[in-house]
Amino acid sequence: MAEVALLDVSKRFGAVEAVRGLSLSIADGEFVVLLGPTGAGKTTTLRLIAGLERPETGRVMIRGRDVTKEVPAERDVAFVFQQYSLYPHLTVYDNLAFPLRSPARRMDEDFIRRRVQQVAELLHIEQKLANRATALSGGEMQRVAIGRALVREPAVYLMDEPLSSLDAKLRTELRLELKRIQRELGTTILYVTHDQIEAMTMADRIGVMNEGVLIQQGTPREIYEQPASAYVASRLGTPVINLIPAELVGGTATPPQARTAGLRTEHIRIFAGERPGPRARVHWVEHLGDQNHVHLKLDAHSLVTLADPAQDLKAGDEVSLEFAAPLYFDQAGNRIGNGGTPA
Amino acid sequence: MAEIRIENVAKTFGTFTAVKGVNFTVDHGSFFVILGPSGCGKTTTLRMIAGLELPTSGRILLDGEDVTGLRASARDIAFVFQLFALYPHMNVRENIGFPLKCQNFPRAEIRKSVEEAARLLRIDHLLDRRVGGLSGGDRQRVALGRAIVRRPKAFLMDEPLGALDSEFRRLMCGELRELHDRIDATSIYITHDQLEAMAMADTIAVMNGGRVEQIGTPQEIYDRPQSMFVADFIGAPPMSFLDVRTAPRRGDRVIWVDGARVEMPELFEDRTEGKFALGVRPENVSFADSSGLRGRVIGAEYLGTTQIVTVTTANGQLKARLPSAKSVQLGETVGLSLRPDRLSLFDSSSGRVLPSALHARGPHG
Repeated sequence: MAEVALLDVSKRFGAVEAVRGLSLSIADGEFVVLLGPTGAGKTTTLRLIAGLERPETGRVMIRGRDVTKEVPAERDVAFVFQQYSLYPHLTVYDNLAFPLRSPARRMDEDFIRRRVQQVAELLHIEQKLANRATALSGGEMQRVAIGRALVREPAVYLMDEPLSSLDAKLRTELRLELKRIQRELGTTILYVTHDQIEAMTMADRIGVMNEGVLIQQGTPREIYEQPASAYVASRLGTPVINLIPAELVGGTATPPQARTAGLRTEHIRIFAGERPGPRARVHWVEHLGDQNHVHLKLDAHSLVTLADPAQDLKAGDEVSLEFAAPLYFDQAGNRIGNGGTPA
Repeated sequence: MAEIRIENVAKTFGTFTAVKGVNFTVDHGSFFVILGPSGCGKTTTLRMIAGLELPTSGRILLDGEDVTGLRASARDIAFVFQLFALYPHMNVRENIGFPLKCQNFPRAEIRKSVEEAARLLRIDHLLDRRVGGLSGGDRQRVALGRAIVRRPKAFLMDEPLGALDSEFRRLMCGELRELHDRIDATSIYITHDQLEAMAMADTIAVMNGGRVEQIGTPQEIYDRPQSMFVADFIGAPPMSFLDVRTAPRRGDRVIWVDGARVEMPELFEDRTEGKFALGVRPENVSFADSSGLRGRVIGAEYLGTTQIVTVTTANGQLKARLPSAKSVQLGETVGLSLRPDRLSLFDSSSGRVLPSALHARGPHG
């Protein structure tokens, strides 16, 4: 059974339609990530589920119950915000225990102790339980904030960019931990981010949002390999997919309605020697450590691909290109044909 | 344009030493990035260069002139802070021209400078717009315009992109670097984001605990980290380390990792005892059935073109960047092959790299 379902939900703020006719269902134990730029309506969607906003139209269901008109406290959800908001005067232990001690829940202290201990171990902060919340590093504070949601066992955890205020290294670590914890506990999570790496690595299913609309949903691999549109294609993948006029690709496989071809690194093969087919010039090689990007000039168009470590390309090199199963998009930007589907 | 030299600069706040004797030179026209985690002393270093903090000891030279004791306003330096603040009641032109107006420049000159700055930033069509209605990117450009309009000798930037979307950040990285090149500036840029550093810098100084751990070009720092800290801080995911329990000898080109033979660059130092760590980057790991170095796959993160596979071995955890087309089963046991010419050996207790054929090359070897 679906833990959470949104049925044709819309929400406007004045003239702005923040969420438009959104339908989404999240299964028990599923990790769903909403991915989109600032202003896409991701956070509003979370707030609609939490009950912090009321939709104009549509219904919100949690565990099969219509909660559209219920206040936040009546809904079985836990929210983790972008900025950790801990009680600075309390210890880590008391911060974690706080939600369980609320008058609405009132659990006995033995149970609370076991639960806090369990969650602290899961988050690797069991050594810090006696510390004041303010005596922690940023990463530890965010762990406590996540832990405060985890001590409860709600139908769904709603997380609004919980890692975005952390530095890159901590973010990578906590990303893996959050996924591990979710898998171990079988919790249901709806997670909002603008970071495609977070979406790709954690999600069972990604929902791509833009301007209040859920454009496509699917597994990370589905979204990456079979994007519904050029917009979705450009949301996932580093370097960003190259979009060039379809006629430049040549060959017989190009569908007649195709206007744009989408080329990722895996669709482009570079040969140092002279060969039939498109010729390009290496404009520059951008060294990003593990990810070296080769910038190519194909006529007036630029192509960026991931450098093959075994191939030594330099600025100014003339190369031949071969395009293997690129993606094609029509005039409106929708994908057509079977390009990109794995062989 | 300016050359900035920092000599033995230290800063103590009460009992806490934020910066412990830092030395570096930023050449004319260079884009210099100070990279490190929060609390490493990078912002304090930058504030001392700007004149917002006085060093406890050491000297700061701007174009050879000792400016250590000069106030911020007497140094010809522009400081761009993390959060861009614009004056909401002024239009774009007034915002950019504000620093010149404060210094009582003649009107005609302000007009000319503002228009020039706006052209460089490609916002000359927005000059008479109010800042309230601008997109995030254009607001950022206006704030930059205010910094460049004075044509200072150097730009100091403290995580100016920290508050932005990752995608937008990438775009602004490119723009900032391009702007730097176009106006022939000398820039010092502070960040904790290694991708920003790699993408923009001519030179990176990695700081840790108030000290500079390593200075070099992005590729040098990535390929030849001088310490486990640098190796671990740079790279996404960072370098993996395997425990090595046999002490290496000078001239060794092979080390043994739990009975498995691993080829590596020739070592230039004898050690009789100690614990060591073999460092390898994810893109230099591949699967090889015949290898004696074996481990169990415990995770695979799909990234589109590539995937990051995590393998546990008897000597530690290792990450491999493999093509996504490669099928990987959780729980399967695999043989691992490490690219010999890219391996580093570290002393686990000091964290420093052992000199080798890889690490002896280059200016900092």
